[in-house]
Amino acid sequence: MPSRANLRRFALSLAVALLVGLNGVAPALAVQPDEVLSDPALEQRARDISANLRCLVCQNQSIDDSNAPLAKDLRVLVREQLKAGKSDEEIMDYVVARYGEFVLLTPVWAPHTLLLWLATPILLIVGLIIVVMLFRRRATVAEPKPLSAAEKRRLNKVLDQA
Amino acid sequence: MIAETGHFALILALGIAIIQMVLPLYGSRRDDPQLMAVAVPAAQAQFLLVALAFVALMTAYVTSDFSILNVYENSSSAKPLLYKISGVWGNHEGSMVLWVLILALFGAGVATYGRNLPRSLQANVLSVQGAIGVAFLLFIITTSNPFVRLDPAPFEGQGFNPVLQDPALAIHPPFLYAGYVGFSMAFSFAIAALIDGRIDAAWARWVRPWTLAAWMCLTIGIALGSWWAYYELGWGGFWFWDPVENASFMPWLSGTALLHSALVMEKRDALKIWTILLAIITFSLSLVGTFLVRSGVLTSVHAFAVDPARGVFILGIMAVFIGGALALFAWRAPLLRQGGIFAPISREGALVFNNLILVTACAAVFVGTLYPLALESVSNEKISVGPPFFNYTFVPLVLPLLLAVPLGPFLAWKRGDLYAVAQRLMVAAVIALAAIVIVFAIQGRGPWLAPLGIGLGVWLIAGAASELAYRAKLFQASAAETWRRFIHLPRSSFGTALAHAGVGLSVIGIVATTAWRTEDITAMKPGETTEIAGYRLVFDGVSERAGPNYDEQLASFHVFRGDSEITELHPTKRQFTIEGSATTEAAIYNAWGGDLYAVLGDPLENGAYSVRVYFNPLVRLIWIGAVVMFLGGGLSLFDRRLRVGAPKRAAAAQGRLADAK
Repeated sequence: MPSRANLRRFALSLAVALLVGLNGVAPALAVQPDEVLSDPALEQRARDISANLRCLVCQNQSIDDSNAPLAKDLRVLVREQLKAGKSDEEIMDYVVARYGEFVLLTPVWAPHTLLLWLATPILLIVGLIIVVMLFRRRATVAEPKPLSAAEKRRLNKVLDQA
Repeated sequence: MIAETGHFALILALGIAIIQMVLPLYGSRRDDPQLMAVAVPAAQAQFLLVALAFVALMTAYVTSDFSILNVYENSSSAKPLLYKISGVWGNHEGSMVLWVLILALFGAGVATYGRNLPRSLQANVLSVQGAIGVAFLLFIITTSNPFVRLDPAPFEGQGFNPVLQDPALAIHPPFLYAGYVGFSMAFSFAIAALIDGRIDAAWARWVRPWTLAAWMCLTIGIALGSWWAYYELGWGGFWFWDPVENASFMPWLSGTALLHSALVMEKRDALKIWTILLAIITFSLSLVGTFLVRSGVLTSVHAFAVDPARGVFILGIMAVFIGGALALFAWRAPLLRQGGIFAPISREGALVFNNLILVTACAAVFVGTLYPLALESVSNEKISVGPPFFNYTFVPLVLPLLLAVPLGPFLAWKRGDLYAVAQRLMVAAVIALAAIVIVFAIQGRGPWLAPLGIGLGVWLIAGAASELAYRAKLFQASAAETWRRFIHLPRSSFGTALAHAGVGLSVIGIVATTAWRTEDITAMKPGETTEIAGYRLVFDGVSERAGPNYDEQLASFHVFRGDSEITELHPTKRQFTIEGSATTEAAIYNAWGGDLYAVLGDPLENGAYSVRVYFNPLVRLIWIGAVVMFLGGGLSLFDRRLRVGAPKRAAAAQGRLADAK
């Protein structure tokens, strides 16, 4: 039996979810001045990586957009790894090893995500095939076969009689 | 008393809705005009009763009646009046009452203004509307009653989430719901057509205004939400591919497809079965959106499992309506006869292409939104589907559609001539290419896709203008003749052109701000200066100020361009006393060519503050584009030929003419 306070929080988060269109309702002041790396190229890489990592305690925010303490820890971690000379892939692998696949905002390409990635292209192709088939069928319906020589003779005979 | 009045009104409305659902449908099957006629007063009475409940709830909010649990949990006496009012729909129970209110309003609209509909069609439509009303009224009364009392009544309420205390967000839900729920009209018409087993071009003519009105409201609703997120959430983003955003975007995409396919049906009597299916899909997506947002399933699959009453109820509603509609569709659709043959290269063909892309794009959003939920409930694996997924799937799908938009209105019905269309769009193409070259030259080092994106936006706008110019015979006829033709163009032509140009404006805004936004994150002490995009900001320090229900820290920046001071910016941080939470209010200066956007962060050591300043080029075009789309829809809506009442008046006038003779 959930307590009233829990229910209230639940209701509030629902209302917020509906109205806000976002659950990261805390004022977002993501990257702090003291976190920014002095090397702009390295900082840009840090931002690109951060934009693809999910803030695990937020609803649907990247660590680049979130001001949750955990997001800050992750941002600092990414920057430390960058300073240590790691490649983007190495850093991603490191973070996934620590926090699991859930942390990636771009889903991986693996058996359990095949359907996710392929659903749209498959639907597009199926849709195209259906459209093409319908046009073909239409085309055959639209243009009846010309009369055969025998039919023409019969038609002429009927018309002559009339 | 007020709460009890509202509660009784809801229960009475449920009773009326049951009558509205059963009798007219039975009457139309028995061909009994008296039973069918029940639909009209029933729909009107249902609306009045739901309106009474809504007013009761609003009265409770405005008078801060904390003996009502819902008011106690979502309001406080110190809250400004606007937010007391918007507090009504700023929570689950109240927002469901708003949902049903809008549903009943549309039903009453068909009852009152649809007297020229064939009697059995009107009866069936109102019957289906009644059925939807029954489902959601039952949902409110059994699981989400907003009129539950508290005893003893607390002295003060718990307040209202501060991020929701905002003018744009106050009116966001009514627009969004008018859109969501408005698509129920298309759904009801589709079901009614299936029940009758009869559908013709007139059907599309009746459905289109309702769909158009819903689409317009949804467009504005989504734009308001995006605009609000832009200035309130404090980092200048405008779209996040968040499930809740997607929930409103999916019906918008399929509703846009529906508008276009209904056009084919109205003008050419073709695509009937598809249009019916699309009407069902569009409202189904509205229901899916309601389920996603209202069931708590988004917070987590487990939270949903803990308190499933509401979620399961909405799932049940979805199963009945979507399943029932699709079953009816499978059974009856083969009875509908196809008409209107057309070649692939034709206006109809272009609209089929439009529908194919929009529906697939909608499916991409659907899969991206629901796949993680499905995967977690099936295999307990948790994955995230974030913005990059949609950038890979949705964006490449939509680009060819946007490229093709200007071609559509130029193509002739039945059989079009692509070569002739290309000739007529030559000027627009040259303008777009020129835009690409100019932007490419200006931007210097920048993403190479950006100039192409801007060119695409310009192509859409120039293409829309070309269509009007062509129809007015600009430079083909004398100036006077062109003007005469121009002002006599049907309003729907202007509507189409405006809506398409609006898409172009939004595209330009999205591309520009995504590609060229600049940001500056610094620690600033009073007296220090930072520069961005040619502007110089001098930080004057932070002062304290008290608002109606919050305290705030107000930062002052003097903004210079060159030597002259242009404006002052005052970003603030607010602490809401009752709610115990904080918001940041960005300060935005609408500079030439973009927004200067400043946010005040936390105080750091030695008297400095963390400050974030952005320059968002052309970002306002995103929402201006949405407003232009809205206006375009409005022009089409008020085209005489489309108005629901118009045929009746024309017929009446002819009748008088006949009498006079």
